[in-house]
Amino acid sequence: MISDAQLSDQGLAPAGKGRVLLIACGALAREILALKAANGWDHLDLTCLPANLHLHPEKITPAVEAAVRKHRADYADIFVVYADCGTGGQLFEKCKELGVEMVPGPHCYSFFEGNDAFAAHADSEITAFYLTDFLVRQFDAFVWRPMGFDRYPELVQTMFGNYEKLVYLAQTDDPALDAKAREAAARLDLAYERRLTGYGDLTAVLSKL
Amino acid sequence: MADEDDIILSELDDEELVLQMHDDLYDGMKEEIEEAVGILLDRNWTPYDILTKALVAGMTVVGNDFRDGILFVPEVLLAANAMKGGMAILKPLLAETGAPRMGKMVIGTVKGDIHDIGKNLVAMMMEGAGFEIVDLGINNPVENYLDTAEREGADIIGMSALLTTTMPYMKVVIDTLKEKGLRDKYLVLVGGAPLNEEFGKAIGADAYCRDAAVAVETAKQMLSRRHNQMSA
Repeated sequence: MISDAQLSDQGLAPAGKGRVLLIACGALAREILALKAANGWDHLDLTCLPANLHLHPEKITPAVEAAVRKHRADYADIFVVYADCGTGGQLFEKCKELGVEMVPGPHCYSFFEGNDAFAAHADSEITAFYLTDFLVRQFDAFVWRPMGFDRYPELVQTMFGNYEKLVYLAQTDDPALDAKAREAAARLDLAYERRLTGYGDLTAVLSKL
Repeated sequence: MADEDDIILSELDDEELVLQMHDDLYDGMKEEIEEAVGILLDRNWTPYDILTKALVAGMTVVGNDFRDGILFVPEVLLAANAMKGGMAILKPLLAETGAPRMGKMVIGTVKGDIHDIGKNLVAMMMEGAGFEIVDLGINNPVENYLDTAEREGADIIGMSALLTTTMPYMKVVIDTLKEKGLRDKYLVLVGGAPLNEEFGKAIGADAYCRDAAVAVETAKQMLSRRHNQMSA
């Protein structure tokens, strides 16, 4: 199985099989491959951009555009498996310009929980910090180290002092990830909550392709 | 007992001490900054000179290196924390000694957003530049900005957001100012990681400020232009 480190830093090359290419965030690779296997979606091929683009959201739109241009001649259709992801509508505009579809919603936390359900509690949960399966596994690489907490633990309070709880939106029912997420909450000095979401809207979106 | 390499701040002359304070700010050394501020006060420096020549000048280096990708957010926060230590000593003295006042700013993070690191940095640097700051904190609805700006007789309204889902709320505030006929009364400055100049223009802000240093310069220039126009 492909490693999280590789999905974070390098992404994933397409297999070259299937008429529709999914261009996805590396943080979604395992979930998409699981759905593909479970549903026999052999018409879908998958390539992933490095998940660590999320540390610099302004780089996401140009990277997606480059991937679409690189692969579009080889496939009948391309679908972008990113939500807005901090691009402030720029990714949506670029996809429209390129004539490709993308996943609706503000970010993966939202579509994993279901965009409607997420939107319904968005106003009452502004002090929640969300993690998915990928982010629980990669908590140190995507949260702890980039925030400098490994070097300056005193900054946890400065950066997370306004948060109240960590909500783990679980795609899989895995006690080991539950324990790791609980530990992450404790390290950030936040209350802990776990919600088993499964793949949320992602299943329905991909099933239409 | 001090190590051989330790620098004894009180033994440095004024010029060396100020340069050492710039280094200590850069390295986020709060206690050393507080000690050095005390030394300069003992040497009869005015609080305003300590603030501008030692703290603000040092923090400007930090800001420039952040802009240029040499320093990152954690280091900037540590530097800011050190500067805050020095400012806490100077603030009451600045008021007593009649330091120049540049204007008054109401600043806050917009509704739905709890992120305040950038907002706090801007508030601190504006304060260092002589602006009076009314900090509204986080998660502010439109009425917090308007009511406070009116009550306080502010010159500037500053809005901050970190999320692309909350930054459109800045337009709600600006549109409400227009509806109430108050838009021209205030300079409206906006900032935050996902914003850009285009967004600032699109929502009708006076300026998008990329960082705290830009916010200070923009506020100074725009207020002085406004004063010039009024007196012309």
